[in-house]
Amino acid sequence: MKIAGLSWPVVRALLASQHANMVQYRAEIALWALSGVLPFIMLSLWSESDAGASLGFKGVGLARYYLSVFMVRQFSVVWVVFAFEEDALLGRLSPFLLQPLHPLWRYVAAHVAERVTRFPFSIGIAAIFFLLYPTSFWLPSLGQFLLACLAILLAFSINFLLQSLIAALCFWSEKASALERLLLIPYLYCSGWLVPIAAFPDAARTVCFWTPFPYLIDFPARVLAGLSVDFVAGFVAQLFWVALLLPLVLMAWRAGVRRYTAMGA
Amino acid sequence: MRVSGCPIWADVVIEVEQLSKTYQVADKSPGFVGTLNHFFRRKTHDVQAVRHVSFSIQPGEMVGFLGANGAGKTTTLKMLCGLIHPSAGRVHVTGYVPQRRQAAFLKQITLVMGQKQQLIWDLPPLDSLSVNAAVYGIGEKEARYRIHELAEMLEITEELTRPVRKLSLGQRMKAELLAALLHRPSVLFLDEPTLGLDVNAQARVRSFLAEYNRQTGATVLLTSHYMADITALCSRVLLIHQGELIHDGGLDALATSLSPFRQVRLELNRSASPEDFVGYGELEALDDRAVRLLVSRSELTEVVARLLANFDVLDLEVNDPPIDELIGSLFRKGRVV
Repeated sequence: MKIAGLSWPVVRALLASQHANMVQYRAEIALWALSGVLPFIMLSLWSESDAGASLGFKGVGLARYYLSVFMVRQFSVVWVVFAFEEDALLGRLSPFLLQPLHPLWRYVAAHVAERVTRFPFSIGIAAIFFLLYPTSFWLPSLGQFLLACLAILLAFSINFLLQSLIAALCFWSEKASALERLLLIPYLYCSGWLVPIAAFPDAARTVCFWTPFPYLIDFPARVLAGLSVDFVAGFVAQLFWVALLLPLVLMAWRAGVRRYTAMGA
Repeated sequence: MRVSGCPIWADVVIEVEQLSKTYQVADKSPGFVGTLNHFFRRKTHDVQAVRHVSFSIQPGEMVGFLGANGAGKTTTLKMLCGLIHPSAGRVHVTGYVPQRRQAAFLKQITLVMGQKQQLIWDLPPLDSLSVNAAVYGIGEKEARYRIHELAEMLEITEELTRPVRKLSLGQRMKAELLAALLHRPSVLFLDEPTLGLDVNAQARVRSFLAEYNRQTGATVLLTSHYMADITALCSRVLLIHQGELIHDGGLDALATSLSPFRQVRLELNRSASPEDFVGYGELEALDDRAVRLLVSRSELTEVVARLLANFDVLDLEVNDPPIDELIGSLFRKGRVV
């Protein structure tokens, strides 16, 4: 069976070549992993103010939340808009468009391969965190771990589709990545990356949950940390955003390809 | 070696009728005021890159596509392979409408663009080839056989395990060709496949393409700035100027029409004046001791003999003028309508 040209041999070949490619950039990937320590900085700020309890985090809950935020971000970060924009402007997209495989699969494979390469660095940083905060150590149960993996996978999917939608705008505007930067502010504040959404006033929290952002960080992090969370509402919301964004991406792609002028090619 | 796709009984593999492409291009004056005006009142104008082009190509033909820079060659190729949508007209390639980019169509064609690459820069070509094999549904054993076969023809076997970034331009181009032909396409669109290569590498690519065409019966549409590519490979040429097709026919007729002269470059032992060259053809340039003449093909031997006899010549070179120059001069003189 093939989905937009994707079959099992294609998956194997793409992942093998992309992983080999990512290993070439291992030092850069290690630095990317290291640059994701913002949640630990936020943790130290919140710990100083002793606000964990007022946010509903008992004991080491806040530390576990921020470590989970770090891990979720490590495995759901997406850069497709930048890679796509460069490929479109430099003409590298043209050969991809002339092969019987949807070009977006190549970017999916690149992200998956990058995650595999990043994994040991992320685990290493988490291990250092536990050395510094030994009381916060925990191992999620198997069920909790599997649910967290699913939540992270869906978070990655939403993030990937959201960026792919913006990337498709490259067919209309040569600098679609500027739009992606517009998303950074709501992403920072509404995802739970900087501040747990529980800290927001009720009205702001309600608004946040109408956007996809809490399902990119806050929800999967809570699942991984074993904090109280509405599993059903969270997964339903994640699936809703995937179901909404997927057809939009495909429509934008189809319309965009008609406008493609392959000027860089 | 057999190619996939086009049945041998098909009369026409590429059919183009009244094909046109219009781009909308922004007009912007330079400077701050120009930028402000452009921001608030964006002006654009239409550029007709291709105008009402019609031709057909039969299976197995090798056709040269000529034209000056910006004439519309690459735009036409991009429409033929389905990369861009035509503004008007009709195209069929192996019975398919290219811009629909159906998988069955994509498996029958390939586009090679000189200086553009599909190979992964930091990995050996074999990694990219294994992806291509999987994408085109070629089994591992068959892919190994095809890679070996094409690598032998291209003389690139050893380079397949070196990172692409470490390969020379010629080796890279050959690896690109291998990647583009792994699925044995029946229609090849080649846009400047020898651009930037040295003379030896150009010759090897040419002989490979001729051999591929002979062995597979594939149809080839080739653009090149090197007349030698066209003369070595194509008996038929399409000449496009300002988006319009102005010649479709034999190469001999076009070559004579385009280049009734040859360029003779001389380096003399002493300075000369323009008057010294009266009766030796058309003086194109004279810079102290360096001379460039245009000499009629029919008088070339006799003129060169007289030049050698009458001047103290340090060096002499006879060339075909570059195709762009020829075409440009041709239109300036209004000799093709």
